Amino acid sequence: MADNVTPRVRVPKSAKAGESIAIKTLISHQMESGQRKDKDGNAIPRSIINRFTCDFNGQNVLDVTIEPAVSTNPYFEFQAIVPESGSFTFTWYDDDGSVYTDTKDIAVG
Amino acid sequence: MKKAALKTALGALAFVASGAFADEDASLVINGEIEIVTETAAAAHLDGALKTVYSGWVFRSDETQAMQADDFDNPGMLAVESAMATWATAEGTNGKSCADCHGDASETMTEVRATYPKWNEKAGELRTLGQQINACRETEMGAEPYKTDSAELLAMEALISSVGRGTTINVAIDGPVADIWAQGKELYYTRTGQLDLSCASCHEQNYGNMIRADHLSQGQINGFPTYRLNNAALNGVQGRFKGCVRDTRAETYAPNSPEFIALELYVASRGNGLSVEGPSVRN
Repeated sequence: MADNVTPRVRVPKSAKAGESIAIKTLISHQMESGQRKDKDGNAIPRSIINRFTCDFNGQNVLDVTIEPAVSTNPYFEFQAIVPESGSFTFTWYDDDGSVYTDTKDIAVG
Repeated sequence: MKKAALKTALGALAFVASGAFADEDASLVINGEIEIVTETAAAAHLDGALKTVYSGWVFRSDETQAMQADDFDNPGMLAVESAMATWATAEGTNGKSCADCHGDASETMTEVRATYPKWNEKAGELRTLGQQINACRETEMGAEPYKTDSAELLAMEALISSVGRGTTINVAIDGPVADIWAQGKELYYTRTGQLDLSCASCHEQNYGNMIRADHLSQGQINGFPTYRLNNAALNGVQGRFKGCVRDTRAETYAPNSPEFIALELYVASRGNGLSVEGPSVRN
């Protein structure tokens, strides 16, 4: 079970039509690869965020598969051109079944 | 680049040093509001050893520099966030939290980081910031002290440092600490290990030049605790000293030993005039 998992997102509050905006996301997570062993030589079970998605007004715009090689606290930054006002929904899927979400509204005009 | 080239006695070697500073004119402003002094005239006690002191930030690549300019991109701020929760949590037999005595850290602790290591009059000893945090935990809170260089302790140091970013490092070197400072200075210039290197061999005589694939900094500690991309965690000053001494192939002193405390005081004082930067981002 992952501890202290907190998603963080930064989206501009407003944008002009046709303007490219930067979206930054980060989730604090230990991203245990499953390759390491503890002091007694037992394998530490894999516990990672395995998928990250971004939806805008219900339509999927980004879907990322994350593998164990991705390091701790996965950070994604991407550009978006937003056609209309609405809200972004960001979702992270944990190996342990937990799902973390965050939403951000943006005004276009 | 020019500065580094002039420092190199052999002209033929000068090209090795080119590109020593990622961008000589770059300036560091955190979150678009906290202005950081990354280059300033050396303090008088450096006695001609250095004319100008540079923050380690100056020597890093553009990408690493940018990470520190925005708290969202600075992974060290995750530790600060967790320490903020600890700050308000009561622990120990006295049932007190940091906040019970100190209130809001962003208002009461801004001047703290800049003056440490600092002489504690009541205890009659020199204390690093970490030691002071643990003294508070033991005597005021009745809580277990954090382990030296543990993630919890470094996170708390990072919190106290983060609220003081932009304040000017001003470590006292006279009065009761004068002898300890002199001991630290001696350690700084003493060659150790199979490679026979002192701190000064790299960080005073060769900063800006390459050490393997990396640029040597002046070894300033105004940015500690430091988030290193190398180990994806916050690193303490004395842990870094240990790594450096080990790399000279010497037996190292232990973090929190009197020798390293003296060295930390001396090295901190070399950065007088620079800004508090921690948690900084380095490689």
